[in-house]
Amino acid sequence: MNLFVYFIVFVLLSIGAYWYGRRYSLSLVSRDRRRLHSLPQYYGYYVALWSVVPAFLMLLLWLFLDQDLIVHLVSAGLPESIKSLSPDELGLYLNDVVNLAKGNITSSEGDAIMQQAAAHYRHLLQISHMALGIAVTGSVVAGAAFSLHRIRPDFRSRPRVERMVKWLLVLSSSIAILTTVGIVLSVLFEAIRFFKIIPLTDFLFGLQWSPQMAIREDQVGASGAFGVVPLFAGTLLIALIAMLVAVPVGLMSAIYLVEFSGSRMRAWAKPLLEILAGIPTVVYGFFAALVVAPVLRSAGESVGLQVSSESALAAGLVMGIMIIPFVSSLSDDVINAVPQAMRDGSYALGATRAETIYRVIVPAALPGIVGGVLLAVSRAIGETMIVVMAAGLTANLTVNPLDSVTTITVQIVTLLVGDQEFDSPKTLAAFALGLVLFIATLLLNVLALHVVRKYREEYE
Amino acid sequence: MSKLQKAAIKRRDIREAVEQSLRARKRRSWRFRLVGLVAVLTGLLLLAIMFTSIASKGYSAFERTEVLLDIDLEEAVIDPEKTRSEEVLMRADYTGLIKTSLRKLFPQVKKRKQKRALYRLVSTGAGDQLRDRVLQDPSIIGSRVSVWLIADDDLDQYYKHGDSQSRLKDYQLQWVAQLNADQRLRTAFNSTFFTAGDSREPELAGIRGALTGSFFVILITLGLSLPLGVSAAIYLEEFAPRNRWTDLIEVNINNLAAVPSIVFGLLGLAVFINFMGLPRSAPLVGGLVLTLMTLPTIIIASRAALKSVPPSIREAALGMGASKTQMVFQHVLPLAMPGMLTGTIIGMAQALGETAPLLMIGMVAFIADVPTGPLDSATVLPVQIYLWADSPERAFMERTSAAILVLLAFLVLMNLLAIWLRRKFERRW
Repeated sequence: MNLFVYFIVFVLLSIGAYWYGRRYSLSLVSRDRRRLHSLPQYYGYYVALWSVVPAFLMLLLWLFLDQDLIVHLVSAGLPESIKSLSPDELGLYLNDVVNLAKGNITSSEGDAIMQQAAAHYRHLLQISHMALGIAVTGSVVAGAAFSLHRIRPDFRSRPRVERMVKWLLVLSSSIAILTTVGIVLSVLFEAIRFFKIIPLTDFLFGLQWSPQMAIREDQVGASGAFGVVPLFAGTLLIALIAMLVAVPVGLMSAIYLVEFSGSRMRAWAKPLLEILAGIPTVVYGFFAALVVAPVLRSAGESVGLQVSSESALAAGLVMGIMIIPFVSSLSDDVINAVPQAMRDGSYALGATRAETIYRVIVPAALPGIVGGVLLAVSRAIGETMIVVMAAGLTANLTVNPLDSVTTITVQIVTLLVGDQEFDSPKTLAAFALGLVLFIATLLLNVLALHVVRKYREEYE
Repeated sequence: MSKLQKAAIKRRDIREAVEQSLRARKRRSWRFRLVGLVAVLTGLLLLAIMFTSIASKGYSAFERTEVLLDIDLEEAVIDPEKTRSEEVLMRADYTGLIKTSLRKLFPQVKKRKQKRALYRLVSTGAGDQLRDRVLQDPSIIGSRVSVWLIADDDLDQYYKHGDSQSRLKDYQLQWVAQLNADQRLRTAFNSTFFTAGDSREPELAGIRGALTGSFFVILITLGLSLPLGVSAAIYLEEFAPRNRWTDLIEVNINNLAAVPSIVFGLLGLAVFINFMGLPRSAPLVGGLVLTLMTLPTIIIASRAALKSVPPSIREAALGMGASKTQMVFQHVLPLAMPGMLTGTIIGMAQALGETAPLLMIGMVAFIADVPTGPLDSATVLPVQIYLWADSPERAFMERTSAAILVLLAFLVLMNLLAIWLRRKFERRW
């Protein structure tokens, strides 16, 4: 709630600063606005920006740093007996201190030293809050004073405000870069830590995946096995089934809607198909696990087939349904983009509609269609909820679609949901899998965009 | 035979061959067309199957079964010292009163095990229901009241669907038949479903907590991604020089739009929770993650909206002496705003249905309380659906479907709003 209060205060402050700056500039020229260089509101904006933006940045910086700094100070004040604990235990201890200070439940009994440390923590926190208050207020006052001091009738406030606004725009567009960098760094660092424990070759070429670390040393597979091949196989199997559903249905419906159907049918069939793309994936997951899987199971039983209740087929079929609109709308676009002259030429030579489509239009649109299918594959590989709910957890290396397989995304979820110790290979493995997933989808996307763009240049 | 005759025969043969092949070709064309039609219908059929199967499972969760019991609100049990203070009334043994009433209704039940089975026909939340009734009007203490109490989920399922797979025992079924014969069972609107948080008991579980969590998450996502996305789009479309840096940003945005959502969850876990130390399971973190996820969508839509504003508007504004910034903010932006808002609403609909990244940042905990702020532990509607889908009780399956219906209703509303905005403000230049 604190954040919300700060937000309101900042909004009020900036309105106040704007109003005061505007009035001050007008008072300088005794309300004759022709003598000002810029419109009076620009003086207001100038003062508002100077008083609020530095303070806001300071607040953000403080929010990110203060916890760490205070905990560091507290740990420096602890007696030697505790400081000599291993880093992990020290971390736990400090966690307890912080929880004790906040009045939360702690995992261990608070002894005198801990109570003292907690008091120290609370004291430092108070100082830090006060310091923050003073610093923010000071920065607001200093910014306002500085900007007011600079205002003269001939002060060029408009260009300055516009430059500041432009920098704010640049900053927000750089967030896209920051996000990518954040993804790469966060995933990469943890993955590197993982590869220090499990060699990269074992990870990429191992045929066993059982990330459970045994509790006792002598248990079978005590160290866990982190071979990613079965996960790849499972992911590709499910993606393949999905593509076998989505590509024929999606492509054929796009062809039908563009080439055969009247504009009236197109007007209602296309949005209806696109509804499929707007349904949340968790709904598909529910549908796969509780409707499709039981139906497949009983159908299999009636013809004497053993179908697992978490079969790859159920997850793949439903994922295929999800991807239909994706394939159809992308193919729709590229088929529409094939020039009418090519169709007319084909008809003039006596070809039927179907012949025109599969001898002329589809070959011409093929790069775009391939690009679309590649994008769809990358969607299928990265899709999470359907497989989490409908596919299995055990890593079987199989191509039988009636068996249960697991995928990369399922494993990321199972490894990270629930208990978390941030140093075990088990959790780190999730980040390594994330890295693999990120790279795979990135490559597919780059490839697909390249293919699509190359095709577009040909006709435009 | 003369040469001419031969040629005539040959022409006739050719014509026949062509006509024959033409018939085959036309048939093939027609078949191709049929295949296309079948594909479209398959897609629509699958959509219809999905909707009907979920709707047919879910609609019954909006009703609950209630049992009519006559309860003696004995003063000796509720408030022996006649203080009528709220604290005493809060702590009284209402479940005991309900049990007494049940025993009176079925005096033939004697064995302990059977008695327990009898008590299980009424929900564990019925005591609270009775308590609220008494707190509302303490003057009814000492009298005998007839109250409709929430039934247990097993009875609820049996009464609504009457299926053979019921978990009720045979003797319980006899009691149910007796209750039914006495007209002591009815179905009523399930208000708990909309007013309660999560619960282990299906008949007491509701989506209010998840809805509130979703509300906070979407509020934060909207508050951050709209200004950030619009300003990024303005910069890239109106100000950015064509250089390496802006090219890099553009490639980045296109790629981010296709990064699997779960990777954003990993980012949130590593950066917001482990590095910055923000609380787990908080809507604030969920909102931040979904902001990063929806930003590309909003930027791409906003750029398209800016592009559709004709250059003549820009030139006219510049010609009247506006600065570039004034031109953008006072003339182009207002005209592009409807398109930007449409894109934003679609992005928000996407964020509202997103589950996977929120699993990563710990929004999957069982949380019975309704969150009161963006820093409280919370869950969101899609995650609630995921959690309930895992529960073995049949009553939870019904509630899962109902929660899906609510989620879909919200999504339909948002999309209709987007369509309406587009229709209303669409301009052809």
